[in-house]
Amino acid sequence: MRSVLLHPLMSALLFLALWQGLAALLASPALPPPVAVFGVLYDEIRSGQLPFHLGMTLARLLASFVLAMGLGTAIGIFLGRHPALDRFFDQWLVIFLNIPALVMVILCYVWFGLGEVAAITAVVANKLPNVVVTLREGARALDLDLLEMAQAYRFGRWKTLRHVIWPQLFPFLIAAARTGIALIWKIILVVELLGRGNGMGYQLHLFFQLFNVAGILAYTIAFVAVIQLIEALLLKPLDRQAGRWRR
Amino acid sequence: MSRVEIDIRKKAYPARHGLGEHVAIKNLRLELEAGEFVCLVGPSGCGKTTLLHIVAGLDRHFEGGIGTDEGKGAPRIGYVFQNPRLLPWRTVRENIDLALPAGEAGDDVDHLLEVMDLAQWQGHYPQTLSGGMGRRAALARAFAIRPTLLLMDEPFVSLDPPTARRIRQLLVDVWRERPHTVLFVTHDLREAIALADRLVFLSAPPATVLHEVAVDIPRAERDDEAAIEAFRGRLTEDHPEIRELL
Repeated sequence: MRSVLLHPLMSALLFLALWQGLAALLASPALPPPVAVFGVLYDEIRSGQLPFHLGMTLARLLASFVLAMGLGTAIGIFLGRHPALDRFFDQWLVIFLNIPALVMVILCYVWFGLGEVAAITAVVANKLPNVVVTLREGARALDLDLLEMAQAYRFGRWKTLRHVIWPQLFPFLIAAARTGIALIWKIILVVELLGRGNGMGYQLHLFFQLFNVAGILAYTIAFVAVIQLIEALLLKPLDRQAGRWRR
Repeated sequence: MSRVEIDIRKKAYPARHGLGEHVAIKNLRLELEAGEFVCLVGPSGCGKTTLLHIVAGLDRHFEGGIGTDEGKGAPRIGYVFQNPRLLPWRTVRENIDLALPAGEAGDDVDHLLEVMDLAQWQGHYPQTLSGGMGRRAALARAFAIRPTLLLMDEPFVSLDPPTARRIRQLLVDVWRERPHTVLFVTHDLREAIALADRLVFLSAPPATVLHEVAVDIPRAERDDEAAIEAFRGRLTEDHPEIRELL
């Protein structure tokens, strides 16, 4: 208990101490001390600015996450179950996997205009190939023995999907989701920076122009905290729940 | 109880990786009477598993047909595979319950688990079980659905002899209590004689029926090893070609 509680806490305190020390040493606006940053964080939350921009970014994150996961899962399973089509489209996947995120974002803005549709499309297009590849591996790895068993015992479509296929795909889905959130939020900031009038990316751009490092750090802290919460409260428990049968 | 007519004119695996077409089964005709216990005996690799797959409807790429007498629909099939094939993410109990047709409570699942020595393991996941327990759970699943046709693919391989004997006895008890047709694959002639009404010997591939022999030892004397041994002796003497199969 002691070591579990003490260890991460000590580690965080050490980090803050180092930060404080370095800031005091430099005494430059380029690195404000933690106290100043948390002050800005508090003010921004109270004024409603931070919740608004964070909310906009999270809304975009949710929309593009759901779209990318849904589409990617469907395409991935389909390709995994149809080897001939998979071989045919494999080249495409490799190309899309290697297009830089920034190129995709710029192209979407050029083609669809500086709007919400272009923003979401850009993020989804960046994440989609990742989900497809991960789920394709899952579909390829499906256990034929168990599928035969389900067929012999007349499980039917729904029961087979729920009890035989879904548990096998779930770890792949979780893997795609975890790397997905990490990737998507970084791309969203770029999308917002380049072409939206609100959201975290827009705010960061503003702070950059005003050389407001405290603002940048405050928003970063808020955002990382929210993403960590999603990971700890949603994805990790799901993962544990799904793996409880493992030895 | 299902009467089953098996008529496989040809089952072949297509040429692949530079190997030619492999004909696994050719001109195999076999009829199972309703409630009959038939043991398929043949050398390994002779297509016994392929035959069970075809009867179970898992493999439809063959020339010929499988007929059953049941107008009410396909027979209810219990299938004991060579490996247990339990869902690792469901407990022993859930694995059995899932196989039950919708709306059936499976009143004797508790009893089956008791007999199989699995009662205290029913809440466990298959990965925590020993190999023998996994096999017993797979057997319990097959019995639990009250099949009209039970397909068994060397189900007692790798069980220790006392357990195998007990479950063999259980299989016969269940079968006599509520008759169903059984097609049982084995390469163990003694086991086949102890269990079957009729022995069917398959040839090396392409598999076809070489011999059919009715086992006339009364059920009450089936646990008499001397009687089994005597029958086996007569059989291999009358049909020397059988000896080469085994």
